[in-house]
Amino acid sequence: MQSDKVLDAKGLACPMPIVRTKKAMDELASGQVLEIHVTDKGAKNDLAAWVKSAGHEMIQSAEEGNVLKFWIRKG
Amino acid sequence: MAEKKDKTTIILFSGDLDKAMAAFIIANGAAAYDQEVTMFFTFWGLNALRKEEHVPVQKGFLEKMFGWMMPRGANKLGLSKMNMAGLGPKMIKNVMKKHNALTLPQLIEMAKEQGVKLVACTMTMDLLGITKEELIDGVELGGVAAYLGDATEGKVNLFI
Repeated sequence: MQSDKVLDAKGLACPMPIVRTKKAMDELASGQVLEIHVTDKGAKNDLAAWVKSAGHEMIQSAEEGNVLKFWIRKG
Repeated sequence: MAEKKDKTTIILFSGDLDKAMAAFIIANGAAAYDQEVTMFFTFWGLNALRKEEHVPVQKGFLEKMFGWMMPRGANKLGLSKMNMAGLGPKMIKNVMKKHNALTLPQLIEMAKEQGVKLVACTMTMDLLGITKEELIDGVELGGVAAYLGDATEGKVNLFI
């Protein structure tokens, strides 16, 4: 999966993954893809809800061991 | 995204560490949702905004007493449950460090950085004898009308 930016939010607890994701997203242009790595188990639901409300699109997610990976296209 | 932003307001009435943390975590989350967030601090919640150091200000005896008896700043708050004379907060701060959770002072910093508006209630500041000089920088003053002005436009309004 191609991404324009990778955000390493591993080890961070709520609310940091969302706060960092928002900041990273603000720096991207519409259509660009942000790849996020997190270990917070709540992030799956958090990001899904945030993406929907912020008007972005979750294009893929994956789980590798403890690490959850998400690819979000900016709306 | 030029449309009007959603608003969230949170009243922090409690001076408990756990409740203040919950309030600031929600505030930071809402700010990340690109919402305009206002937090109002009244009664014991004001203690979360106090500077840690002693600020010399003129005030009456009762007000001074209040100042001595209440926790001075976010780092001094106790827990609403299992406080155990201050042992509880120490333990939970340890656990938070282990889990990489932000401390309350860090959450407050983060909220300010994200543009969360912090408003201290002037009426209860008078009651508890807390002056503006004793509060951390970046705090605005207001009353019930200021709160309602934001809350009527708010989609999420919480009282903690």
